[in-house]
Amino acid sequence: MWKGDYLFLLQNLVVKDFKIRYRNMSLGVFWSLLNPLVMMGALTFVFTAVFPNNQIPNFPIFVLCGLVPFNFFTVAWQNGTISVANNAGLIKRVPVPREIVPIATVLSTCVHLGIQIALLLVMVLVFGRGLNWNWLWLPVVWGLEILFVCGLTLITSALDVYVRDVRYVVESACTLLFWMVPVFYAIQSVPQSYANIYQFNPLSALILALRTILIDGAAPSSTLLLKLTFSSTLVFALGLYVFHRLKRQFFDYL
Amino acid sequence: MKVIELKNVSKTFHRSGGQKLLRHYLADILGKTDAEQFFALKDVSFSIRDGESVAVIGANGAGKSTLLSLVTQLVPPSTGTLDVKGRTAALLDLGSGFHPDLTGRENILLNASLLAFSRKQAHDLYDSIVEFSELDDFIKEPLRTYSNGMMLRLAFSVAVNLDPEILIIDEVLAVGDQKFQAKCTEKIFEIRNQGNTLLCVSHVSPTLQLLCERALWLDHGQLVMDGPIGEVAAAYEGRLTRQG
Repeated sequence: MWKGDYLFLLQNLVVKDFKIRYRNMSLGVFWSLLNPLVMMGALTFVFTAVFPNNQIPNFPIFVLCGLVPFNFFTVAWQNGTISVANNAGLIKRVPVPREIVPIATVLSTCVHLGIQIALLLVMVLVFGRGLNWNWLWLPVVWGLEILFVCGLTLITSALDVYVRDVRYVVESACTLLFWMVPVFYAIQSVPQSYANIYQFNPLSALILALRTILIDGAAPSSTLLLKLTFSSTLVFALGLYVFHRLKRQFFDYL
Repeated sequence: MKVIELKNVSKTFHRSGGQKLLRHYLADILGKTDAEQFFALKDVSFSIRDGESVAVIGANGAGKSTLLSLVTQLVPPSTGTLDVKGRTAALLDLGSGFHPDLTGRENILLNASLLAFSRKQAHDLYDSIVEFSELDDFIKEPLRTYSNGMMLRLAFSVAVNLDPEILIIDEVLAVGDQKFQAKCTEKIFEIRNQGNTLLCVSHVSPTLQLLCERALWLDHGQLVMDGPIGEVAAAYEGRLTRQG
Protein backbone atom coordinates (compact mmCIF):
# COMPACT_ATOMS: atom_id res chain seq x y z
CA MET A 1 0.00 0.00 0.00
CA TRP A 2 0.95 3.60 -0.55
CA LYS A 3 2.02 5.08 2.80
CA GLY A 4 2.94 8.62 1.89
CA ASP A 5 2.09 12.07 3.14
CA TYR A 6 -1.44 12.82 1.90
CA LEU A 7 -1.32 16.53 2.66
CA PHE A 8 2.06 17.02 0.99
CA LEU A 9 0.86 15.18 -2.13
CA LEU A 10 -2.44 17.05 -2.22
CA GLN A 11 -0.63 20.37 -1.87
CA ASN A 12 1.78 19.52 -4.69
CA LEU A 13 -1.03 18.42 -7.00
CA VAL A 14 -3.08 21.56 -6.31
CA VAL A 15 -0.07 23.83 -6.84
CA LYS A 16 0.77 21.98 -10.07
CA ASP A 17 -2.72 22.45 -11.48
CA PHE A 18 -2.78 26.11 -10.57
CA LYS A 19 0.68 26.83 -11.96
CA ILE A 20 0.20 25.09 -15.28
CA ARG A 21 -3.09 26.89 -15.77
CA TYR A 22 -1.61 30.35 -15.35
CA ARG A 23 2.10 30.10 -16.09
CA ASN A 24 1.78 30.82 -19.82
CA MET A 25 -0.98 33.43 -19.57
CA SER A 26 0.10 37.06 -19.78
CA LEU A 27 -2.92 38.21 -17.81
CA GLY A 28 -2.63 35.43 -15.20
CA VAL A 29 -5.23 35.44 -12.45
CA PHE A 30 -6.87 38.52 -13.98
CA TRP A 31 -8.93 36.06 -16.05
CA SER A 32 -10.62 34.86 -12.88
CA LEU A 33 -11.93 38.39 -12.34
CA LEU A 34 -12.82 39.22 -15.92
CA ASN A 35 -15.24 36.37 -16.60
CA PRO A 36 -17.70 36.98 -13.72
CA LEU A 37 -17.59 40.74 -14.27
CA VAL A 38 -18.46 40.43 -17.96
CA MET A 39 -21.27 37.97 -17.19
CA MET A 40 -22.54 40.24 -14.43
CA GLY A 41 -22.61 43.16 -16.87
CA ALA A 42 -24.41 41.18 -19.57
CA LEU A 43 -27.07 39.75 -17.24
CA THR A 44 -27.62 43.13 -15.60
CA PHE A 45 -28.12 44.68 -19.04
CA VAL A 46 -30.62 41.99 -20.07
CA PHE A 47 -32.66 42.09 -16.88
CA THR A 48 -32.65 45.82 -16.19
CA ALA A 49 -32.64 47.30 -19.72
CA VAL A 50 -34.17 44.62 -21.99
CA PHE A 51 -36.68 43.29 -19.43
CA PRO A 52 -36.96 46.29 -17.09
CA ASN A 53 -39.89 44.92 -15.09
CA ASN A 54 -37.98 43.02 -12.40
CA GLN A 55 -38.24 44.30 -8.84
CA ILE A 56 -34.89 43.06 -7.52
CA PRO A 57 -32.78 45.79 -5.89
CA ASN A 58 -28.96 45.75 -6.24
CA PHE A 59 -29.28 43.54 -9.29
CA PRO A 60 -25.52 43.43 -10.15
CA ILE A 61 -24.51 41.95 -6.78
CA PHE A 62 -27.65 39.83 -6.70
CA VAL A 63 -26.55 38.18 -9.94
CA LEU A 64 -22.89 37.99 -8.88
CA CYS A 65 -23.98 36.02 -5.77
CA GLY A 66 -25.36 33.47 -8.24
CA LEU A 67 -22.53 33.56 -10.79
CA VAL A 68 -19.57 32.98 -8.46
CA PRO A 69 -20.91 29.72 -6.96
CA PHE A 70 -22.25 28.60 -10.35
CA ASN A 71 -18.88 29.15 -12.10
CA PHE A 72 -17.01 27.36 -9.37
CA PHE A 73 -19.43 24.46 -9.41
CA THR A 74 -19.37 23.89 -13.17
CA VAL A 75 -15.61 24.33 -13.63
CA ALA A 76 -14.74 22.11 -10.66
CA TRP A 77 -17.25 19.43 -11.63
CA GLN A 78 -16.28 19.31 -15.32
CA ASN A 79 -12.51 19.32 -14.71
CA GLY A 80 -12.88 16.81 -11.90
CA THR A 81 -14.95 14.43 -14.00
CA ILE A 82 -12.27 14.04 -16.66
CA SER A 83 -9.36 14.10 -14.18
CA VAL A 84 -9.01 10.35 -13.63
CA ALA A 85 -9.17 9.42 -17.33
CA ASN A 86 -6.81 12.29 -18.20
CA ASN A 87 -4.27 11.21 -15.61
CA ALA A 88 -4.12 7.63 -16.90
CA GLY A 89 -0.31 7.83 -16.95
CA LEU A 90 -0.29 8.49 -13.24
CA ILE A 91 -2.97 5.94 -12.34
CA LYS A 92 -1.26 3.16 -14.31
CA ARG A 93 2.25 3.83 -13.06
CA VAL A 94 2.15 5.11 -9.49
CA PRO A 95 0.22 3.38 -6.70
CA VAL A 96 -1.07 6.65 -5.17
CA PRO A 97 -4.53 6.55 -3.62
CA ARG A 98 -6.79 7.22 -6.60
CA GLU A 99 -9.23 9.42 -4.69
CA ILE A 100 -6.61 12.09 -4.46
CA VAL A 101 -6.69 12.84 -8.21
CA PRO A 102 -10.29 14.16 -8.53
CA ILE A 103 -10.17 15.78 -5.09
CA ALA A 104 -6.97 17.67 -5.95
CA THR A 105 -8.58 18.86 -9.19
CA VAL A 106 -11.59 20.25 -7.31
CA LEU A 107 -9.39 21.90 -4.70
CA SER A 108 -7.20 23.55 -7.32
CA THR A 109 -10.33 25.26 -8.66
CA CYS A 110 -10.75 26.67 -5.15
CA VAL A 111 -7.72 28.88 -5.77
CA HIS A 112 -9.60 30.94 -8.29
CA LEU A 113 -12.72 30.59 -6.29
CA GLY A 114 -10.86 32.50 -3.57
CA ILE A 115 -10.12 35.31 -6.02
CA GLN A 116 -13.74 35.44 -7.18
CA ILE A 117 -15.07 35.49 -3.61
CA ALA A 118 -12.75 38.43 -2.90
CA LEU A 119 -14.22 40.17 -5.96
CA LEU A 120 -17.74 39.44 -4.74
CA LEU A 121 -17.02 40.83 -1.27
CA VAL A 122 -15.47 43.97 -2.74
CA MET A 123 -18.53 44.49 -4.97
CA VAL A 124 -20.82 44.06 -1.96
CA LEU A 125 -18.92 46.79 -0.15
CA VAL A 126 -18.94 49.02 -3.25
CA PHE A 127 -22.74 48.71 -3.41
CA GLY A 128 -22.94 49.94 0.16
CA ARG A 129 -23.93 46.68 1.87
CA GLY A 130 -21.49 46.84 4.77
CA LEU A 131 -19.69 44.20 6.80
CA ASN A 132 -21.76 42.31 9.34
CA TRP A 133 -21.23 39.46 11.79
CA ASN A 134 -23.14 37.04 9.62
CA TRP A 135 -20.17 37.02 7.22
CA LEU A 136 -18.80 34.42 9.63
CA TRP A 137 -21.28 31.99 8.05
CA LEU A 138 -19.45 32.27 4.69
CA PRO A 139 -16.71 29.69 5.41
CA VAL A 140 -19.37 27.25 6.63
CA VAL A 141 -21.57 27.41 3.54
CA TRP A 142 -18.60 27.40 1.14
CA GLY A 143 -17.02 24.46 2.99
CA LEU A 144 -20.21 22.45 2.57
CA GLU A 145 -20.37 23.36 -1.10
CA ILE A 146 -16.79 22.16 -1.69
CA LEU A 147 -17.62 18.91 0.12
CA PHE A 148 -20.63 18.47 -2.17
CA VAL A 149 -18.62 19.05 -5.36
CA CYS A 150 -15.93 16.61 -4.17
CA GLY A 151 -18.57 13.93 -3.64
CA LEU A 152 -20.24 14.51 -6.98
CA THR A 153 -16.87 14.55 -8.77
CA LEU A 154 -15.80 11.26 -7.14
CA ILE A 155 -18.89 9.62 -8.61
CA THR A 156 -18.69 11.05 -12.13
CA SER A 157 -14.90 10.75 -12.47
CA ALA A 158 -15.05 7.04 -11.60
CA LEU A 159 -17.93 6.45 -14.01
CA ASP A 160 -16.12 8.40 -16.74
CA VAL A 161 -13.32 5.80 -16.70
CA TYR A 162 -15.78 3.08 -17.72
CA VAL A 163 -18.07 5.08 -19.98
CA ARG A 164 -16.41 8.14 -21.48
CA ASP A 165 -19.78 9.65 -22.42
CA VAL A 166 -20.21 10.69 -18.78
CA ARG A 167 -18.21 13.88 -19.43
CA TYR A 168 -20.78 15.01 -22.02
CA VAL A 169 -23.64 14.21 -19.64
CA VAL A 170 -21.94 16.42 -17.05
CA GLU A 171 -21.41 19.18 -19.60
CA SER A 172 -25.08 19.14 -20.58
CA ALA A 173 -26.16 19.03 -16.95
CA CYS A 174 -24.12 22.19 -16.30
CA THR A 175 -25.79 24.04 -19.18
CA LEU A 176 -29.17 23.02 -17.83
CA LEU A 177 -28.27 23.99 -14.27
CA PHE A 178 -27.74 27.62 -15.26
CA TRP A 179 -31.54 27.81 -15.65
CA MET A 180 -32.50 25.43 -12.86
CA VAL A 181 -30.68 27.21 -10.06
CA PRO A 182 -31.66 30.78 -9.11
CA VAL A 183 -28.65 32.55 -10.70
CA PHE A 184 -30.56 35.45 -12.24
CA TYR A 185 -34.03 35.11 -10.70
CA ALA A 186 -35.26 35.24 -7.13
CA ILE A 187 -36.44 32.12 -5.34
CA GLN A 188 -39.60 34.07 -4.45
CA SER A 189 -40.64 33.92 -8.11
CA VAL A 190 -40.56 30.12 -8.01
CA PRO A 191 -43.92 28.50 -7.04
CA GLN A 192 -43.82 27.32 -3.41
CA SER A 193 -44.12 23.60 -4.22
CA TYR A 194 -40.94 23.74 -6.32
CA ALA A 195 -39.08 26.12 -4.03
CA ASN A 196 -38.75 23.50 -1.28
CA ILE A 197 -36.98 21.16 -3.67
CA TYR A 198 -34.54 23.92 -4.62
CA GLN A 199 -33.14 23.96 -1.09
CA PHE A 200 -32.06 20.34 -1.37
CA ASN A 201 -29.85 21.26 -4.30
CA PRO A 202 -26.69 22.38 -2.48
CA LEU A 203 -25.84 24.79 -5.28
CA SER A 204 -29.19 26.61 -5.00
CA ALA A 205 -28.97 26.50 -1.22
CA LEU A 206 -25.54 28.13 -1.33
CA ILE A 207 -26.72 30.90 -3.65
CA LEU A 208 -29.71 31.61 -1.40
CA ALA A 209 -27.50 31.62 1.69
CA LEU A 210 -25.03 34.02 0.06
CA ARG A 211 -27.81 36.47 -0.78
CA THR A 212 -29.21 36.30 2.74
CA ILE A 213 -25.80 36.93 4.27
CA LEU A 214 -24.37 39.52 1.89
CA ILE A 215 -27.41 41.48 0.67
CA ASP A 216 -29.92 41.14 3.51
CA GLY A 217 -27.22 41.04 6.19
CA ALA A 218 -28.99 38.19 8.00
CA ALA A 219 -28.05 34.67 9.08
CA PRO A 220 -29.17 31.88 6.72
CA SER A 221 -32.25 30.00 7.97
CA SER A 222 -31.61 26.87 10.00
CA THR A 223 -33.77 24.66 7.73
CA LEU A 224 -31.66 25.74 4.77
CA LEU A 225 -28.43 25.03 6.65
CA LEU A 226 -29.72 21.63 7.72
CA LYS A 227 -30.73 20.67 4.19
CA LEU A 228 -27.36 21.88 2.84
CA THR A 229 -25.43 19.91 5.47
CA PHE A 230 -27.54 16.84 4.93
CA SER A 231 -27.24 16.69 1.15
CA SER A 232 -23.53 17.63 1.04
CA THR A 233 -22.49 15.00 3.57
CA LEU A 234 -24.68 12.39 1.95
CA VAL A 235 -23.27 13.05 -1.53
CA PHE A 236 -19.69 13.03 -0.23
CA ALA A 237 -20.17 9.71 1.59
CA LEU A 238 -21.84 8.23 -1.47
CA GLY A 239 -18.99 9.52 -3.65
CA LEU A 240 -16.34 7.84 -1.49
CA TYR A 241 -18.29 4.58 -1.54
CA VAL A 242 -18.90 4.54 -5.31
CA PHE A 243 -15.30 5.51 -6.08
CA HIS A 244 -13.97 2.82 -3.76
CA ARG A 245 -16.11 0.20 -5.45
CA LEU A 246 -15.13 1.23 -8.97
CA LYS A 247 -11.42 1.96 -8.56
CA ARG A 248 -10.29 -1.68 -8.53
CA GLN A 249 -10.76 -2.04 -12.26
CA PHE A 250 -9.40 1.39 -13.31
CA PHE A 251 -6.16 -0.16 -14.53
CA ASP A 252 -7.97 -2.37 -17.06
CA TYR A 253 -10.08 0.44 -18.48
CA LEU A 254 -7.45 3.14 -18.85
CA MET B 1 11.38 -13.52 5.45
CA LYS B 2 9.28 -13.56 2.31
CA VAL B 3 8.74 -10.04 1.03
CA ILE B 4 6.87 -10.95 -2.15
CA GLU B 5 4.64 -13.99 -2.38
CA LEU B 6 2.36 -14.99 -5.24
CA LYS B 7 0.05 -18.01 -5.03
CA ASN B 8 -1.69 -19.20 -8.21
CA VAL B 9 -1.96 -15.68 -9.53
CA SER B 10 -3.76 -15.07 -12.82
CA LYS B 11 -4.54 -11.81 -14.52
CA THR B 12 -6.98 -11.59 -17.41
CA PHE B 13 -7.83 -8.73 -19.71
CA HIS B 14 -10.76 -8.30 -22.05
CA ARG B 15 -9.90 -8.56 -25.71
CA SER B 16 -11.76 -5.33 -26.41
CA GLY B 17 -8.93 -3.37 -24.82
CA GLY B 18 -10.90 -2.75 -21.68
CA GLN B 19 -13.22 -0.20 -23.21
CA LYS B 20 -16.81 -1.30 -23.04
CA LEU B 21 -19.54 0.44 -24.95
CA LEU B 22 -23.18 0.55 -24.00
CA ARG B 23 -24.01 -2.35 -26.31
CA HIS B 24 -21.40 -4.51 -24.54
CA TYR B 25 -23.03 -3.81 -21.19
CA LEU B 26 -26.42 -4.65 -22.66
CA ALA B 27 -25.01 -7.88 -24.08
CA ASP B 28 -23.62 -8.70 -20.63
CA ILE B 29 -26.97 -8.13 -18.97
CA LEU B 30 -28.78 -10.21 -21.58
CA GLY B 31 -26.23 -12.98 -21.08
CA LYS B 32 -24.97 -12.86 -24.65
CA THR B 33 -21.40 -12.19 -23.64
CA ASP B 34 -18.64 -13.76 -25.68
CA ALA B 35 -16.28 -14.53 -22.82
CA GLU B 36 -13.21 -13.76 -24.83
CA GLN B 37 -10.59 -13.21 -22.24
CA PHE B 38 -6.88 -12.97 -22.58
CA PHE B 39 -4.55 -14.38 -19.92
CA ALA B 40 -1.66 -11.97 -19.34
CA LEU B 41 -0.58 -14.18 -16.46
CA LYS B 42 -1.75 -17.72 -15.82
CA ASP B 43 -1.39 -19.57 -12.52
CA VAL B 44 1.92 -18.04 -11.45
CA SER B 45 3.34 -18.94 -8.02
CA PHE B 46 6.67 -17.91 -6.54
CA SER B 47 8.10 -16.10 -3.55
CA ILE B 48 11.03 -13.77 -3.04
CA ARG B 49 12.90 -13.44 0.27
CA ASP B 50 14.31 -10.12 1.45
CA GLY B 51 17.71 -9.29 0.07
CA GLU B 52 17.24 -11.44 -3.03
CA SER B 53 17.75 -9.94 -6.46
CA VAL B 54 15.61 -11.52 -9.11
CA ALA B 55 15.41 -10.98 -12.86
CA VAL B 56 12.27 -11.56 -14.89
CA ILE B 57 13.01 -12.56 -18.48
CA GLY B 58 10.88 -13.49 -21.44
CA ALA B 59 9.82 -12.39 -24.91
CA ASN B 60 7.66 -9.35 -25.59
CA GLY B 61 4.12 -9.95 -24.40
CA ALA B 62 5.11 -12.72 -22.01
CA GLY B 63 3.49 -10.91 -19.09
CA LYS B 64 6.56 -9.29 -17.53
CA SER B 65 5.11 -5.82 -17.22
CA THR B 66 1.80 -7.18 -15.97
CA LEU B 67 3.71 -9.02 -13.27
CA LEU B 68 5.40 -5.79 -12.19
CA SER B 69 2.07 -3.93 -12.14
CA LEU B 70 0.70 -6.61 -9.83
CA VAL B 71 3.70 -6.51 -7.51
CA THR B 72 3.55 -2.70 -7.28
CA GLN B 73 -0.17 -3.10 -6.50
CA LEU B 74 -1.38 -0.95 -9.34
CA VAL B 75 -3.93 -3.61 -10.17
CA PRO B 76 -5.30 -6.55 -8.18
CA PRO B 77 -4.94 -10.10 -9.58
CA SER B 78 -8.03 -11.64 -11.21
CA THR B 79 -7.58 -14.82 -9.17
CA GLY B 80 -5.03 -16.03 -6.64
CA THR B 81 -3.38 -14.16 -3.78
CA LEU B 82 -0.53 -11.72 -3.70
CA ASP B 83 1.33 -10.46 -0.66
CA VAL B 84 3.95 -7.69 -0.67
CA LYS B 85 5.69 -6.42 2.45
CA GLY B 86 7.88 -3.33 2.61
CA ARG B 87 8.20 -0.06 0.77
CA THR B 88 8.42 -0.51 -2.98
CA ALA B 89 9.76 1.97 -5.49
CA ALA B 90 9.07 1.25 -9.10
CA LEU B 91 11.13 2.55 -11.96
CA LEU B 92 8.41 1.49 -14.37
CA ASP B 93 8.00 4.39 -16.68
CA LEU B 94 10.43 7.06 -15.68
CA GLY B 95 8.86 10.45 -15.34
CA SER B 96 5.19 9.45 -15.48
CA GLY B 97 4.39 12.07 -12.87
CA PHE B 98 6.31 14.83 -14.64
CA HIS B 99 4.77 17.89 -16.22
CA PRO B 100 6.59 19.86 -18.96
CA ASP B 101 5.49 23.29 -17.71
CA LEU B 102 6.86 22.82 -14.20
CA THR B 103 10.49 23.47 -13.37
CA GLY B 104 12.89 20.70 -12.43
CA ARG B 105 12.58 21.67 -8.77
CA GLU B 106 8.77 21.61 -8.81
CA ASN B 107 8.80 18.27 -10.60
CA ILE B 108 11.18 16.78 -8.03
CA LEU B 109 8.87 17.76 -5.17
CA LEU B 110 5.76 16.55 -7.01
CA ASN B 111 7.34 13.23 -7.96
CA ALA B 112 8.74 12.78 -4.47
CA SER B 113 5.28 13.15 -2.97
CA LEU B 114 3.84 10.70 -5.52
CA LEU B 115 6.50 8.18 -4.53
CA ALA B 116 5.42 8.53 -0.89
CA PHE B 117 8.19 10.79 0.42
CA SER B 118 7.11 12.94 3.35
CA ARG B 119 7.60 16.70 3.14
CA LYS B 120 10.65 16.55 5.39
CA GLN B 121 12.28 13.65 3.50
CA ALA B 122 11.69 15.41 0.18
CA HIS B 123 13.38 18.59 1.33
CA ASP B 124 16.21 16.68 3.01
CA LEU B 125 16.90 14.62 -0.09
CA TYR B 126 16.43 17.46 -2.57
CA ASP B 127 20.11 18.41 -2.72
CA SER B 128 21.34 14.86 -3.21
CA ILE B 129 18.76 14.32 -5.97
CA VAL B 130 19.92 17.43 -7.82
CA GLU B 131 23.54 16.48 -7.32
CA PHE B 132 23.00 12.96 -8.60
CA SER B 133 21.13 14.20 -11.68
CA GLU B 134 24.02 16.60 -12.58
CA LEU B 135 21.49 19.12 -13.87
CA ASP B 136 22.93 22.09 -11.92
CA ASP B 137 21.31 25.37 -12.99
CA PHE B 138 18.82 23.71 -15.32
CA ILE B 139 16.86 22.68 -12.23
CA LYS B 140 15.20 26.12 -12.24
CA GLU B 141 14.06 25.83 -15.87
CA PRO B 142 10.76 24.31 -17.05
CA LEU B 143 11.01 20.65 -18.02
CA ARG B 144 10.03 21.27 -21.64
CA THR B 145 13.42 22.91 -22.21
CA TYR B 146 15.19 19.68 -21.19
CA SER B 147 16.57 17.09 -23.55
CA ASN B 148 15.12 13.59 -23.29
CA GLY B 149 18.25 12.34 -21.58
CA MET B 150 18.16 15.11 -18.99
CA MET B 151 14.55 14.29 -18.16
CA LEU B 152 15.32 10.60 -17.64
CA ARG B 153 18.31 11.48 -15.48
CA LEU B 154 16.08 13.58 -13.26
CA ALA B 155 13.42 10.86 -12.96
CA PHE B 156 15.99 8.21 -12.18
CA SER B 157 17.61 10.38 -9.53
CA VAL B 158 14.29 10.90 -7.73
CA ALA B 159 13.40 7.22 -7.71
CA VAL B 160 16.72 5.76 -6.58
CA ASN B 161 17.17 8.31 -3.82
CA LEU B 162 13.96 7.14 -2.17
CA ASP B 163 15.97 4.37 -0.50
CA PRO B 164 13.39 1.68 -1.25
CA GLU B 165 13.23 -1.69 0.47
CA ILE B 166 12.05 -3.30 -2.76
CA LEU B 167 13.30 -1.72 -5.98
CA ILE B 168 11.45 -2.65 -9.14
CA ILE B 169 13.14 -1.87 -12.44
CA ASP B 170 11.59 -2.20 -15.88
CA GLU B 171 14.18 -1.97 -18.65
CA VAL B 172 15.36 1.45 -17.61
CA LEU B 173 19.04 0.77 -17.16
CA ALA B 174 19.75 2.60 -20.41
CA VAL B 175 19.48 6.15 -19.09
CA GLY B 176 21.47 9.05 -20.51
CA ASP B 177 25.01 8.86 -21.84
CA GLN B 178 27.49 6.12 -21.04
CA LYS B 179 28.95 7.94 -18.07
CA PHE B 180 25.54 8.41 -16.49
CA GLN B 181 24.55 4.82 -17.29
CA ALA B 182 27.60 3.60 -15.42
CA LYS B 183 26.63 5.78 -12.49
CA CYS B 184 23.06 4.41 -12.47
CA THR B 185 24.25 0.83 -12.61
CA GLU B 186 26.63 1.55 -9.75
CA LYS B 187 23.77 3.06 -7.73
CA ILE B 188 21.58 0.01 -8.32
CA PHE B 189 24.40 -2.27 -7.21
CA GLU B 190 24.81 -0.12 -4.13
CA ILE B 191 21.10 -0.46 -3.30
CA ARG B 192 21.36 -4.22 -3.72
CA ASN B 193 24.48 -4.48 -1.59
CA GLN B 194 22.72 -2.66 1.24
CA GLY B 195 20.51 -5.74 1.53
CA ASN B 196 17.47 -4.44 -0.35
CA THR B 197 15.32 -6.61 -2.58
CA LEU B 198 15.56 -6.10 -6.32
CA LEU B 199 13.17 -7.16 -9.06
CA CYS B 200 14.38 -6.39 -12.61
CA VAL B 201 12.71 -6.87 -15.93
CA SER B 202 15.25 -6.65 -18.68
CA HIS B 203 16.75 -8.33 -21.65
CA VAL B 204 19.44 -10.82 -20.82
CA SER B 205 22.71 -8.92 -20.58
CA PRO B 206 26.03 -9.35 -18.80
CA THR B 207 25.07 -6.59 -16.34
CA LEU B 208 21.81 -8.33 -15.49
CA GLN B 209 23.66 -11.59 -14.84
CA LEU B 210 25.99 -9.77 -12.45
CA LEU B 211 23.18 -7.92 -10.71
CA CYS B 212 20.74 -10.76 -10.15
CA GLU B 213 21.32 -14.21 -8.71
CA ARG B 214 17.99 -15.74 -9.65
CA ALA B 215 15.76 -15.52 -12.70
CA LEU B 216 12.13 -16.19 -13.53
CA TRP B 217 11.34 -17.04 -17.14
CA LEU B 218 7.86 -16.14 -18.31
CA ASP B 219 6.38 -17.41 -21.54
CA HIS B 220 2.85 -16.55 -22.66
CA GLY B 221 1.88 -15.66 -19.13
CA GLN B 222 3.19 -18.86 -17.57
CA LEU B 223 6.22 -19.37 -15.39
CA VAL B 224 8.32 -21.92 -17.25
CA MET B 225 11.54 -21.82 -15.23
CA ASP B 226 12.72 -20.48 -11.88
CA GLY B 227 16.33 -20.92 -10.81
CA PRO B 228 19.86 -19.50 -10.75
CA ILE B 229 20.25 -16.84 -13.45
CA GLY B 230 23.06 -18.64 -15.29
CA GLU B 231 20.95 -21.73 -15.92
CA VAL B 232 17.75 -19.88 -16.77
CA ALA B 233 19.55 -17.51 -19.15
CA ALA B 234 21.26 -20.44 -20.87
CA ALA B 235 17.97 -22.30 -21.29
CA TYR B 236 16.24 -19.15 -22.54
CA GLU B 237 18.94 -18.40 -25.09
CA GLY B 238 19.03 -22.06 -26.10
CA ARG B 239 15.29 -21.87 -26.91
CA LEU B 240 15.84 -18.68 -28.93
CA THR B 241 18.58 -20.23 -31.07
CA ARG B 242 16.51 -23.35 -31.70
CA GLN B 243 13.61 -21.20 -32.82
CA GLY B 244 15.87 -18.97 -34.94
